[in-house]
Amino acid sequence: MIPFIIRRLLWMVVLLLVISFLTFVIFYTLPAADPAALRAGRQPTPELLATIRQTLGLDKPWYIQYLKYLDRLVFHFDFGYSFQNNVSVKSQIFDRLPATAALAVGAAIVWLLIGIPIGIISAIRRGTWMDRAAMGGALVAISAPVYWLGLVSLYLFSKDLGKFPLFEGQGAYPQTGNIFTNPGEVIPALIMPWFVLAASFAAIYARFLRGNLLETMSEDYIRTARAKGLRERKVVFKHGVRSAITPIVTILGLDLGILLGGAILTETVFNIPGVGRLAYDAIQKSDLPTVQGTVLMGAFFIILLNLIVDVVYAFLDPRVRF
Amino acid sequence: MALLEVTDLKVHFRTDDGLVKAVDGVSYTVEAGQALGIVGESGSGKSVSSLTVMGLTRFAGNAEISGSIRFDGRDLLAASDEDMRRLRGNDMAMIFQDPLSSLHPFYKIGDQLVEAIQAHRDVSKAQALDRTVEMLGLVGIPEPRRRVDSYPHEFSGGMRQRVMIAMALINDPKLLIADEPTTALDVTVQAQILDLIQRLQRELDTAIVMITHDLGVVAEVTDEIGVMYAGRIVEYADKESIFAMPEHPYTWGLLKSIPRLDSPRGEELVPIAGRPPSLILKPPGCAFHPRCPYVREAHKRIDPQLAPAAEAGNGGGGRHEVACLLPGQTRRGLWAALQEGATPEVALQRVDVPDKVVDREAVGEVLAEPGTEVAEGVVATPENAAEVVPDVVAEEETS
Amino acid sequence: MSTNGANKLIEVRDLVKHFPLKKGIILQKQVGAVRAVDGVSFDVFEGETLGLVGESGCGKSTTARLVTRLLEPTDGEIIYKGSDIAHSSRAELKPMRRDMQMIFQDPYSSLNPRKTVGTIISEPFIIHRLEKDEAKRKKRVQELMDLVGLNPEHYNRFPHEFSGGQRQRIGVARAIALKPKLVVADEPVSALDVSIQAQIINLLSELQRDLGLTIIFIAHDLSVVRHVCDRIAVMYLGKIVELADADQLFEHPRHPYTGALLSAVPVPDPRLAREKQRQVLGGDVPSPTNPPAACRFHTRCPKAQDGTCNVVEPQLEVKQGGNLAACHFPLTDEEISKRVPTAAA
Repeated sequence: MIPFIIRRLLWMVVLLLVISFLTFVIFYTLPAADPAALRAGRQPTPELLATIRQTLGLDKPWYIQYLKYLDRLVFHFDFGYSFQNNVSVKSQIFDRLPATAALAVGAAIVWLLIGIPIGIISAIRRGTWMDRAAMGGALVAISAPVYWLGLVSLYLFSKDLGKFPLFEGQGAYPQTGNIFTNPGEVIPALIMPWFVLAASFAAIYARFLRGNLLETMSEDYIRTARAKGLRERKVVFKHGVRSAITPIVTILGLDLGILLGGAILTETVFNIPGVGRLAYDAIQKSDLPTVQGTVLMGAFFIILLNLIVDVVYAFLDPRVRF
Repeated sequence: MALLEVTDLKVHFRTDDGLVKAVDGVSYTVEAGQALGIVGESGSGKSVSSLTVMGLTRFAGNAEISGSIRFDGRDLLAASDEDMRRLRGNDMAMIFQDPLSSLHPFYKIGDQLVEAIQAHRDVSKAQALDRTVEMLGLVGIPEPRRRVDSYPHEFSGGMRQRVMIAMALINDPKLLIADEPTTALDVTVQAQILDLIQRLQRELDTAIVMITHDLGVVAEVTDEIGVMYAGRIVEYADKESIFAMPEHPYTWGLLKSIPRLDSPRGEELVPIAGRPPSLILKPPGCAFHPRCPYVREAHKRIDPQLAPAAEAGNGGGGRHEVACLLPGQTRRGLWAALQEGATPEVALQRVDVPDKVVDREAVGEVLAEPGTEVAEGVVATPENAAEVVPDVVAEEETS
Repeated sequence: MSTNGANKLIEVRDLVKHFPLKKGIILQKQVGAVRAVDGVSFDVFEGETLGLVGESGCGKSTTARLVTRLLEPTDGEIIYKGSDIAHSSRAELKPMRRDMQMIFQDPYSSLNPRKTVGTIISEPFIIHRLEKDEAKRKKRVQELMDLVGLNPEHYNRFPHEFSGGQRQRIGVARAIALKPKLVVADEPVSALDVSIQAQIINLLSELQRDLGLTIIFIAHDLSVVRHVCDRIAVMYLGKIVELADADQLFEHPRHPYTGALLSAVPVPDPRLAREKQRQVLGGDVPSPTNPPAACRFHTRCPKAQDGTCNVVEPQLEVKQGGNLAACHFPLTDEEISKRVPTAAA
């Protein structure tokens, strides 16, 4: 197990290097706005542009820039400074990470709490009106885009402009503090985003679990469990659900990994200062160091959660060994 | 009183393609401590009938079950789900073909056996574990105290089947149903498991229903044998009779189509033509008629019932029944010819097969069912039987 | 059947196949190997049926895949038409592939469900660029279907429209399409219903007679092997422990493992079942990653003697009756008659 984890961590470093390299190459080969021009404001003089280029290091060939970037990153854990406002990319990301994490983890809890029971009930009561209603609803939730759902729920429920003002609306997320230091403001502001973000995931998880459980309930070992006279509740939960729910760990890990890199749409709709917004703004402004930072951050979470999933899986399924 | 008495059991499954008549009128009895073998190919209904005895087809949701199953004096088809649960794994237990997929991959062997005890007995985990260790030792698992902490995938195939047997017998059931318990195993492991089942049957006095496609397995383990085809038992006898003087052409086919270690090596195999029938559209009349080399027109219309093989006189004195429209004399002649190495074609040249169906008793029950259509548009009743079914003649007329 | 005077089609010498087991953090070091086939030698004569029997994990299927070069051996020689094909390249093997065909156990998974039967059986012609004219090819395929007992009118049907037995006939038709010299049948009847097995067994022996095929027949069912094969090699943990003519092997087995295998087969005859003293081997087959030293069977052998069987590896040698057996203490006729139902009286 330990050698497996070490090997995977080493691979993670290699992968992150490759990703940083690719981001760099893409940034320089695809036609994008000139960062210096964006920085310089309206109608800059050529001299000003040259100076800005020089200070940002943009006058050097791209591979030199890349090596410099790597040097800072590897030896000083320094992501560089934003082209836009000279703020440290690292501190910017770390400032915004709590919001994204609170949004993603909270939403994950919501969709698990909704999706899992619905999936189980649908599978056990297969073909009944409950199953059909749940799966029909799930189809709607999957089809509804997050931004649409977000706007609709703001229109209906937000305190500032909703028809039924129940929850905090857009922009309620406080400028300072996170869910631990300032829960009184953060949690109310996140309630609607949590449900909006969780909706389609809950639907996907419910359908996934339903399918899995239906398949599991036709396994030979379920027949054995019944043949030894276990109560049906125990057959379903201890033998059926235990097997059917295990693969959920895999998709949960992936989904969380992706969301921790920034839930751009939800953050935008609800105006939450998260990593996703940061990345989006950075791309718009050709702010390479920030783009690099957020991309690496996202990749890091995806790879890390993949590794965690594999390790957790080994505990859940004794047949998996490294 | 018999321990298990199955009477006219029918298990039909509603599917999108139609009604699958998996079991279509099966009767048998098992005495306490006795071993019954049920032999048949896939789709013969041999597994479904036993799963129904265990109450496991109830979970399918689309099963229509009729007839009667009496176990230890109780009517199982009328029993509540909870009563059936109390019986399962307690008074009756079952083991299956594939022990790997039949054990839960995520739980330790010990936990899976402890669970089987605690489903029926109010004992502490420690007590249940002691019993588990004792039982694992009894079925020949080395170092059982240590092995309770192993997972199923850490055992070999044979050891897993031993675990399944230990789990089945852990509450001292009166009846053990073994569904192809050795089919997935290698031959030397099969020998170990068959030995174990026989030893435990002797020591614990458990009745056994052994379901298999392998005539060799039943010859070694069971006392009586039922041969199933298309959801029915077509022949039923003590095992001496089944092998020495089988009465049904399907049984002959099984015996002659399998290469055997104890027959001369050059002997040609006689395959059974065709393939097992659809259980949705069963052939009319005798369900075996499309594959039977001795078929006559009347056999395609009249459904034979299981009836005593006429001149039993087989010394054993046991029950020997067959569902076949051929006259007893003809059957004995054909089997004698086959025994001498004749192919069915040659046997037919030597023995005359009458066009008319003889045994009125065999068809009587069908005719007694109101509304049996014997020919297009002709419905038989007991009164008009002789007229509308002209193929039926009294036994004396032909013999 | 006597093999004296018949030509050797294939000679296999000291064939070895090890599947490496690897471990390590970055650089994967080989820490061991599954010794699936571990020094196997035999000849295949033209026109014979050679049986390979043994329990799961004995290496019989791996041996078959090595001989047909679906796998590359770790070591050893496979001599076909005078040259060693053990390490030939794909291109070098191509002409040879026409001569060697396989039939597999599972007629469900070895046929592509999206192709018609006609397409499946035509494939060998297309792969080897034979019979380019489509009409002629269709005629050939329909002749083949007729030959294996399929209705040629079912040319355009899909595999799922056929029963298990018929699907195995499709597999047989595909295998014999190019008139191969050698057909390797890997458990061809194990997945079939008992009443269907005989149909396929009879089909194979008819085809062998009519087309002069050489067959390597792999099975775990000894009764089937006895019925089909002229000579039989018994394998245990990657080695051949006994090789003899079929009659001789079943009537006078010399290796205790062969004896135990034969003794274990349930006989559909209650009288014989009662009389026979079934010999039940204890324990399980040891792991092929770490097989017992010297004679691999000594840990389970009823005749094993300490100091000999666990020290000196027995070689495959001629024993009484002409069997080749790798054993220090071969079975005597007296021991055989007690345990083996097929023993000569």
